Parts: sequence; C-alpha cells; structure tokens
Amino acid sequence: MSDDILVDIEELHFNYDGRPVLQGINMKIPRGQVVAIMGGSGCGKTTLLRCIGGQLKPTGGMVRLDQHRVCNMSHTELYDLRRKMGMLFQFGALFTDVSVFDNVAFPLREHTDLSEAMIRDLVLMKLEAVGLRGAHALMPGELSGGMARRVALARAVALDPMLVMYDEPFAGLDPIALGVIGQLIRKLNDALGATSIMVTHDVHESLAIVDYIYFVSQGRIVAEGTPDEIRASDDPFVHQFVHAEVDGPVHFDYPAPSVVKEFLGGGARG
Amino acid sequence: MADLTSPFRKLGHLAVDRIWRLGFAVRFLFAVLRYSGASFRRLPLTLREIYFSGVLSLLIIMVSGLFVGLVLGLQGYEILQRFGSTEALGTLVALSLTRELGPVLAAIFFASRAGSSVTAEIGLMKATEQLKAMDMMAVNPIARVVAPRFWGGVISMPFLAALFSAMGVLGGWLIGVVFIGVDDGAYWSQMQSGVDFRYDIWNGVVKSFVFGIAVSLIAVFEGYDSVPTAEGVSRAITRTVVTSVLTVLALDFVLTSFMFRGAS
Repeated sequence: MSDDILVDIEELHFNYDGRPVLQGINMKIPRGQVVAIMGGSGCGKTTLLRCIGGQLKPTGGMVRLDQHRVCNMSHTELYDLRRKMGMLFQFGALFTDVSVFDNVAFPLREHTDLSEAMIRDLVLMKLEAVGLRGAHALMPGELSGGMARRVALARAVALDPMLVMYDEPFAGLDPIALGVIGQLIRKLNDALGATSIMVTHDVHESLAIVDYIYFVSQGRIVAEGTPDEIRASDDPFVHQFVHAEVDGPVHFDYPAPSVVKEFLGGGARG
Repeated sequence: MADLTSPFRKLGHLAVDRIWRLGFAVRFLFAVLRYSGASFRRLPLTLREIYFSGVLSLLIIMVSGLFVGLVLGLQGYEILQRFGSTEALGTLVALSLTRELGPVLAAIFFASRAGSSVTAEIGLMKATEQLKAMDMMAVNPIARVVAPRFWGGVISMPFLAALFSAMGVLGGWLIGVVFIGVDDGAYWSQMQSGVDFRYDIWNGVVKSFVFGIAVSLIAVFEGYDSVPTAEGVSRAITRTVVTSVLTVLALDFVLTSFMFRGAS
C-alpha cells in the first residue's frame, strides 16, 4: 500500500443479525483529502464509518488505517490509534454536565500531561478556530444545534488528529449553520494537514467542499468520482440522488406484497 | 397443542433471558473491577460520585431513619409495656435497626434516590452517544464513567446505613425517653449491654456493604445496558429500582440466615 493512502478498505462485508449491511466495499482514501460517503438513509454509511473507526468488527474483508489493520488490533492498540483520530457525531455528543471549555479540554486532559495554563490556551485556540471562543463558559444546553456541532468539531480536532470522521455533520442545521460547518470542515482539514471522511446525504454542500465522493446503496459502492465528475454523471442512481428525484433506481416504497393481494386476497396480517 | 405449550414456552424464554442477563451482569462486574484502577488513581472522579450518590442522599436517609426510629419507639413501647419491660426499648430499637432495618431500608432508599439517578445518567449518556464519543476519543467509558459511579455507591452505602441506624436510635430515644418518659439511663444502658459490636453492628455493616455492591452494580449495569431511547432509559430506571429492592430483600434473607444462626 502506498504511503499516500491513509485509509484502505478491501472487500469489506458486515452483517447485522444475519442481514447484509455492507457487501464488498472497496475504497482508497489518500492523505489530505476530504472524502464524502453519500447515500440514502439506512444504506450502510454510518456502519462503514464505524468499521473504519474500529467500533464495529467487519464480518469479512479488511480495513487498513495508516498501515495498521484495524480489525486485528487489540483494545490497547486500537485506543493508541484512536488518539490520532477525531470523530464528530451526528448531534455533537457533547458531555452535557460540563461546560464548552471542559468538553474541548477533555481529550487534552485525558491523553496529555500538559499544564492547565497550556490546556487553556489550546482550548481557546481550538474554540477560536470554530468562532466560539466567547462561548467557552456556556453549558451545552445553552447552545444552538449549529454551535453544539462547532464545539464538537473543536473537541474532535483538539489533539490535531490525522483522520477526522464526520457522521452526518449537516443533519438538522439551518442553511447558514450548514454553510459554516461545511467551510470549517474544509478549512480545518487543510490547516491541520488531516484527512476527513464525511458521511452525509447533503449533496450540494458536499459537492462544494469535498475532493472525492463515494455513493453507497444497499451496502455497495454504486458510483464514485470528483465533484465535477459527479455533476456530469449520467448514472441513474447519481442523477436521482443529486437532483432529488422521487422516481429512479431507489424506490419510494418499502418492499411489500402486491396491493391486490394485500387488500383483496386476504394476505397475512402482521 | 401449540396454544397449550405457549405459556410454558414464554416462561422458559423469560427464565433463559433472565439467566443471560445475570451472566452479562457478572461479566460486567468483572469488567468494572478490571478497570477500577483509574477510579482510585484519579480520586476526584470517585469523590465526585460519593458526593452525588452519598452526600446528596443524606437528607432522605436521615429523615427516613428518624421516622422509622420514631415508629419503632412507639410500637416497641406499646408491646414492651404489655410485658412490663419498657426499659428494654433501647435494645429493641437498636437491634432492629443495626441488624435489619438500617441496612435494608437504607439500601432501598439509596436505590430509589441514587441508583435510579445513576441509571438515568448513564442511560442518557448512551442515548446521546456520549459514551461512544468517549470510546472514540480512546477513553474507556467503563473506567471513566461506570467504575467511579460503582465505587461511589459501594463506599457510600455502609455510611448511609450507619447514619440511618443512628438517626433511628435517636428517633426511638426521642419518642421513648423525651415524649413517653422511659428512663433515659435504662434506654442507653440496656442498649449498651444488649447490642454486641461484632455480632450485631459489624454484621449490619457487612450487610450494607453487600447491598451497596448489589445496588450499585444493578444501577450501572441497567444504565449501560439500556436501550438508547427515551422509553428504553425509562424502563431501565424502573428495572433498577424493582430489581434492587427484590435483590436487597433476597440477599438480606440469605445473609441473615448465615449471620444470625446462633439465635435460632
């Protein structure tokens, strides 16, 4: 594997309760890039992210992160690797019983022996980077959704990670907050020299900031390319997704017996 | 035929499910013990939980202990009067409290006040992905969140039970000596001669320590194992209180039968 590739995924399979969620995913994510994994709800995007972070053990295939095979690692080795990773959860996952400052300081206090004065400076710098230095004394309950996401972003990059993972960073945000978070993801990635993987279904914001996009459907990669290639793509799935069309390869209806059989044929009751 | 066996099948499934959960709880206890080192190396974490579980439970424990003592004093005086031995009131109140009521009732109040709150806190941390976030930051949630709360409860419980008993003795004295007029000297001297330190008080302390382990384990396990939804956390809190109360009563019977065999 080339040193330029930070995340290398080969034939990744994952089953949940016997149901296949990921079915042979292959990906190579180069260092320094912002990569989006897109697809409809329940297509396996978040599962894929959790396999990369070692939170889920795949049922087949391999995830290699910075030359380490994530699936074969011991608990201690995995924790050593996670110190170089940051993750932004869908709704921030801030610790609600401590202030914004203490949230961002948490990884620094847990993993370094820095003095409180140094931690204070670092935390304020991280908060300054997301525009919330003035909010350091607030409690998470006092923040709006967009602000909470920015604090979580500051916490995710507190230890200057080599890889930052974002799970639905745009979910539930207003258009302004959405633009702010998008720009922050790009700027922080470039400033830290990190690599970012973003799981999202927000097409337009993603196309504006990412370097490469993978489309996942039913546990498989169905399309991939740079934003320009995706915009120009005539692939039916990509076209339906990018233009938010109701009709296309992705069906509106959940699989069910025929309407005639269900209503007139005395079909089985649930 | 299927309908006839169905209730038995359900009963069987329920029993197997309970045994599985018991197994998980024991494995969870070993995991908590394994990662307990950090709780003592970073003492402020455990001290904070002793404050939340122990110090903040003081009011309910002291007030309820006082009322139980008042009732014991009243009932005890009424019964002892029939046998003309009201001076034994101190012994009756003290033995009832140190052997049984102190550890058992304090554990039940502790489960309702602190256990339910620990389950809710851990359950909500799970539901809002705070535990996952911690795990992704390479911080073990069992070491950082669960173990300090477990030890906070285990350490607090014997002190709370002792305080409950002390307040009860004071309640018995208040009603017996101050209001009814039992002889003050008889109340305390009978208690002194009738209560054995090792047999009565120490056994009570051992009981409260065991109850502390049981209630704290149930509280942290139910929180950690809760379904991460509003309904799931609410059910976990209910299970904490119900399971804790039943476990404390069952353990009390077992411990009593071993500890106080000489009395039978």
